[in-house]
Amino acid sequence: MSVPGQWYLALAAVVFAIGALGLLVRRNVLVMFMCIELMLNAANLSFVTFSRMLNDIGGQALVFFVLVVAAAEVVVGLGIVVAIFRRRRNATADDLHLLKG
Amino acid sequence: MIHAAYLMPLLPLAGFVVLAVFGRRIGDPLAGWLGTATVAASFVVACITYAGLLDRPGRHFVQTLYTWIPVGGFQVKAGLLIDPLSMTMALFVTGVSTLIHLYSIGYMKGDQDYSKFFLYLNLFVASMLLLVLGSNLLFTFVGWEGVGVCSYWLIAFWFGRPSAASAGKKAFLYNRIADVGFLVAVFLVFERTGTIEYSGIFSHIGAIDPASRTAICLLLFAAAAGKSAQLPLFPWLADAMEGPTPVSALIHAATMVTAGVYLMCRINPLLGLSHTAQLVVASIGVATAFIAATIGCAQQDIKKVLAYSTVSQLGYMFLAVGTGAYEAAIFLMVAHAFFKALLFLGAGSVIHGLDNEQDLKRMGNLRRYMPLTTVTFVVGWLAIAGIPPLAGFWAKGDVLDNAFARFPVLWAFGLATAALTAYYMTRLSALAFWGDDRWREVLQAGPARHATGGHSPEPDHGADVGTGAHGGHGGLPHEAPWVMALPLVVLAILSFVGGLLNLPWHPSWAPLRWLGPVFGARLYDAHQSGATQWVLGVVDAAVAVLGLAVAFPLWTRRPERPALEPAVLQRSWYLDDIYDALIGRPGQAMAAFTATVVENRVIDGAVNGVGRLARLAGTGLRRVQTGYVRQYALGIVVGAVVLLAFMASRAWS
Repeated sequence: MSVPGQWYLALAAVVFAIGALGLLVRRNVLVMFMCIELMLNAANLSFVTFSRMLNDIGGQALVFFVLVVAAAEVVVGLGIVVAIFRRRRNATADDLHLLKG
Repeated sequence: MIHAAYLMPLLPLAGFVVLAVFGRRIGDPLAGWLGTATVAASFVVACITYAGLLDRPGRHFVQTLYTWIPVGGFQVKAGLLIDPLSMTMALFVTGVSTLIHLYSIGYMKGDQDYSKFFLYLNLFVASMLLLVLGSNLLFTFVGWEGVGVCSYWLIAFWFGRPSAASAGKKAFLYNRIADVGFLVAVFLVFERTGTIEYSGIFSHIGAIDPASRTAICLLLFAAAAGKSAQLPLFPWLADAMEGPTPVSALIHAATMVTAGVYLMCRINPLLGLSHTAQLVVASIGVATAFIAATIGCAQQDIKKVLAYSTVSQLGYMFLAVGTGAYEAAIFLMVAHAFFKALLFLGAGSVIHGLDNEQDLKRMGNLRRYMPLTTVTFVVGWLAIAGIPPLAGFWAKGDVLDNAFARFPVLWAFGLATAALTAYYMTRLSALAFWGDDRWREVLQAGPARHATGGHSPEPDHGADVGTGAHGGHGGLPHEAPWVMALPLVVLAILSFVGGLLNLPWHPSWAPLRWLGPVFGARLYDAHQSGATQWVLGVVDAAVAVLGLAVAFPLWTRRPERPALEPAVLQRSWYLDDIYDALIGRPGQAMAAFTATVVENRVIDGAVNGVGRLARLAGTGLRRVQTGYVRQYALGIVVGAVVLLAFMASRAWS
């Protein structure tokens, strides 16, 4: 028997919510990154699920694009994180509020 | 021969161009001679054209040069209208201007803007000729405006003096106010007849309804009142005395102020059909004549007296125009051009001789020192006073006879004005040429008097003549050089015999009879018996002699008579003060109001308000930009949730 599609969607929603909540509450930049990855992958999961449910290959194709973008984003993001860590130890996201109006 | 007419305005214009380009290089005195030569050549052309006109049938000739403004049905031609009226004007304009140019060569000697002066004078004469010879209203208007702007430049010629600069502005403004009337009249004429050519207007005269005829005449009269200094627009002419004296002579005698009278004569077929307009013109004319004459009785400045006498004489001319006696108006205009130019140039000679003293109370007994000036000035004085057999007697008599036949009430005022004229001109002559040598302290005091004297000397000029050309007079008044004396003599002769132009018994050879074709269609003709004419002539002469006899002993004996110079007349009936209170002050108050309130509050307020609004919005909104990533993320999440909730609610409802 196959697991119904709603379960996957529910899982994706839960993972997305965990990612979003984590992004909001955590201060550690690395953890926030991981949360972003969670959200992206939750989106991927729902893409694939819908692709299966609707018999449309487009959703799975889109996942590859998301993965590529996520990889590129991680490269840039980790580069920034490394640069920040070089300048100051144990920097949290809240310390980076230079753009305060 | 007549086809060379276009050279008349062209020659002074060419002189203007040459002087404008090379004036400084040509310099003193060659620039003056060049300017004089062009105007003299123009006079010669005028004489030739005059002779050519005699041969033409109908004595009417239009020389179309080219089509100036071709716009559909609105065709304006640059054309010259040659007829007895325009040629009479052109002849005396060029003739008198030539003499004034000649005189200026001497008078302006040493002035730092010598060539510029002749440049303006030439343009002035060219504009005046354009005005006189234009074959349509618009072409006349070009000359009309040209004369206006040249008068501004010339009156404000010594613009370093604030009084001269403001006098120039005053003349220009008064003329501009009046010019509105001219423009509106042109619009109205075109609207009614579809043409603005004089010949076209007069052949379509039936197409203009009576109310429009009156309106056009009155609007043109408003323009004429500005240019010819009639009530209520005359104060500028007295201030125009700030210009160099030859300019005063030019403005008062040959050009500018006669333009208004000429215009009214030019539209005589129209004016003759509107009784209302005629009455208005005659009444304003005689009122101006009377009021200006009373003011002239109390002025101290020799040139101001002459200025008000010009206003007064122009009033006479308008009286004649309003009466329908256009020939008399032109006669007085020509005669006036002779004796007023003479008087102004004589006054200039006196001012020149006394190192720029213009105050009559500081002159006196000059006949011992300036014989030629005195003799010529006396001729001018007797001529304007109306003593027979000089030109003024015949000209003024002609005007008054016609007024007597048409408007007896106005005639009475005119007669009173004649007495006043004789009175104030006698006062002027008595103060200047008789009595004690009150000028001694003036000449001995030297340059210091400029600081002490409360009147207006001519500083630039004074410095020049005082040190340069006339250093050798040893503190005594001195005669002017021959270039200044010659015009005086010529004008004195003309003032003496000018009456021959139009004697009251109308001999067939009288030149002004010749104006007949232009004024032929007039509806009114003074039919008077020979006896009436004789009586009127004797009355005129008696009144003139009376004024003279009263004034002469009065003012030769004592120069100070405050009772006869009341402040109301010295201040010219407070007209300037009234205008100041009615127009000047409210205008200034309005300017101050707009400068302080409108400018500062409204305009600056709007600009600053926009800025302040942007800044307020900025200070409010910058709170949003905390710099904390999580807050931005929260914003995104909240936004996404709201959007989702919205879409969900749409989907399920």
